[in-house]
Amino acid sequence: MNAHKVLDAQGLACPMPIVKTKKAMNELQTGQVLEIHATDKGAKADLAAWSKSGGHEWLQSTEENGVFKFWIKKG
Amino acid sequence: MSEKKKTTIVLFSGDYDKAMAAYIIANGAAAYDHEVIIFHTFWGLNALRKDEPLTLNKGFLEKMFAKMMPKGADKMGLSNMNFAGMGPKMIKHVMKKHNAMTLPQLIEMAQEQEVKLIACTMTMDLLGLQQAELLDGIEYAGVAAYLADAENGNVNLFI
Repeated sequence: MNAHKVLDAQGLACPMPIVKTKKAMNELQTGQVLEIHATDKGAKADLAAWSKSGGHEWLQSTEENGVFKFWIKKG
Repeated sequence: MSEKKKTTIVLFSGDYDKAMAAYIIANGAAAYDHEVIIFHTFWGLNALRKDEPLTLNKGFLEKMFAKMMPKGADKMGLSNMNFAGMGPKMIKHVMKKHNAMTLPQLIEMAQEQEVKLIACTMTMDLLGLQQAELLDGIEYAGVAAYLADAENGNVNLFI
């Protein structure tokens, strides 16, 4: 999946993935896609809830060797 | 644009772990684009103390209080398993291992995210704390200012 911006939040603990995602999202235009890499096990639930609340579109998530990848489209 | 949601937190406790919970929620709420206010009262005021030597004009009791209370966020104890100061050392070690933010870092991040930090002036007087020994960039207010924010709040917490 093509992303306009990739955010590396690996190794970061709560609440940093969400704080960094918000900052990265501020730099994107509506309709652009942010790709996030994280290792915090709570990040998936956190980011999914955050996207919904902020009106963003949750596109896809994958997990490989403990690394989560998420794609969120800015709403 | 719709009106921003609001999160208000009263930080009453002066424990490292409780203050950490308050500041994690505050930073999360700021990332949710909420307007966030932390109202520090009683022991929670110690989270705002500067960790530097200051010569201030204080009476005997005020000096005693100043000595006995933690001087800043990093000096606070744990609400459980404090073990006379060993507990905080251990938990800071574990936090480093898990790459968790320390309390001073969380406070700095909150200020960066424009979380409004308020010190309760009445309890400042009781504990003998002066504006000069608290962090820069904070606000001073009382119960009415807190209530004005809280009555329009979506999330209200007392920690």
